[in-house]
Amino acid sequence: MLKKKKAHRMSSEINAGSMADIAFLLLIFFLVTTQISEDKGLLVKLPPWSTEPPPDFKANSRNLYSVLVNAQNQLLVRGNPMDIEMLKENTKLFISNPRQESDKSTSPQEAIVSLKNDRGTKYSTYLRVYNELQAAYAELRNELALKKHAKEFEFLSDSQKKEIREAIPLIISEAEPTAFGEEK
Amino acid sequence: MSKFKESALTKGAPGLNTASLPDIVFMLLFFFMVVTKLRDTELKVSVKTPEASQLTKLENKSLVNFIYIGRPTVKYEAVYGTKPRIQLGDKFADMNEIPLFLEKHRASVPENQVSQVTSSLRIDGDVTMGIVGDIKTALRKANQLKINYSAKPIQKKD
Repeated sequence: MLKKKKAHRMSSEINAGSMADIAFLLLIFFLVTTQISEDKGLLVKLPPWSTEPPPDFKANSRNLYSVLVNAQNQLLVRGNPMDIEMLKENTKLFISNPRQESDKSTSPQEAIVSLKNDRGTKYSTYLRVYNELQAAYAELRNELALKKHAKEFEFLSDSQKKEIREAIPLIISEAEPTAFGEEK
Repeated sequence: MSKFKESALTKGAPGLNTASLPDIVFMLLFFFMVVTKLRDTELKVSVKTPEASQLTKLENKSLVNFIYIGRPTVKYEAVYGTKPRIQLGDKFADMNEIPLFLEKHRASVPENQVSQVTSSLRIDGDVTMGIVGDIKTALRKANQLKINYSAKPIQKKD
């Protein structure tokens, strides 16, 4: 009789009241030791390294869109100073050339954007310029996608994306930086 | 009727059932474990990445190596000065240590995915392009051509 009663007691439930405390402790530990990773950025493909001098290519100067950034973080676009706010629209105009002007690119496939910076250029300026150039291409692709398929570029199928990428290839070439400015 | 009222009064408000609290907290815990990553490297350089709009997300963390460039933090200023420095892994490094660093990371990646390895460059916005250009040259020489300039999404200013 006595034995039976003891067995019954043993099987009573475990008190789960402190479970929440333990879980909170773990939670706070993870909150402190981890960081929400900012893992986004501008994807860039570098050209392969070669010791040979670059081929002396004579692109038609109307197809070349040269962007220079100096050590004072000022922009010189095709020989004229420009404000960074204007860069995207201007680049778009140059690449698409909607009115077929004679001083802009013959076609998006021919257009070459050339970026040159100084060793003293601030990284944030450089990245902003690069971002604006990429944004110009992204917007042009988006516009073409809307026109052709009535969908935004990111919602297209892979083959449609490829087709648009071929119509407007992203060509941003980077020249060796100059070394006039002071490095800080 | 009156009897019912009386019994409710004497009992008072029933205690809040907290049996599901652990479940909720565990859910939170798992959420944080999934979206965050362990702080495996202590940053010895201060990195404040600039803002940009054309962002791509870095997929597959095991295929990414991180290169930090920035000025040494206050703690290390006395030893390493205030010029921008490179940090590979958890220590300061020189330009010529980059190929070995990349090779070590490549060795840990399955062979068929080596071509997808990306270098994430976390560079402070105030650094000048000299050191960045040198790194780019070093990466090109080491045949590490996929890079990702780490940046923050643009915050709306009002």
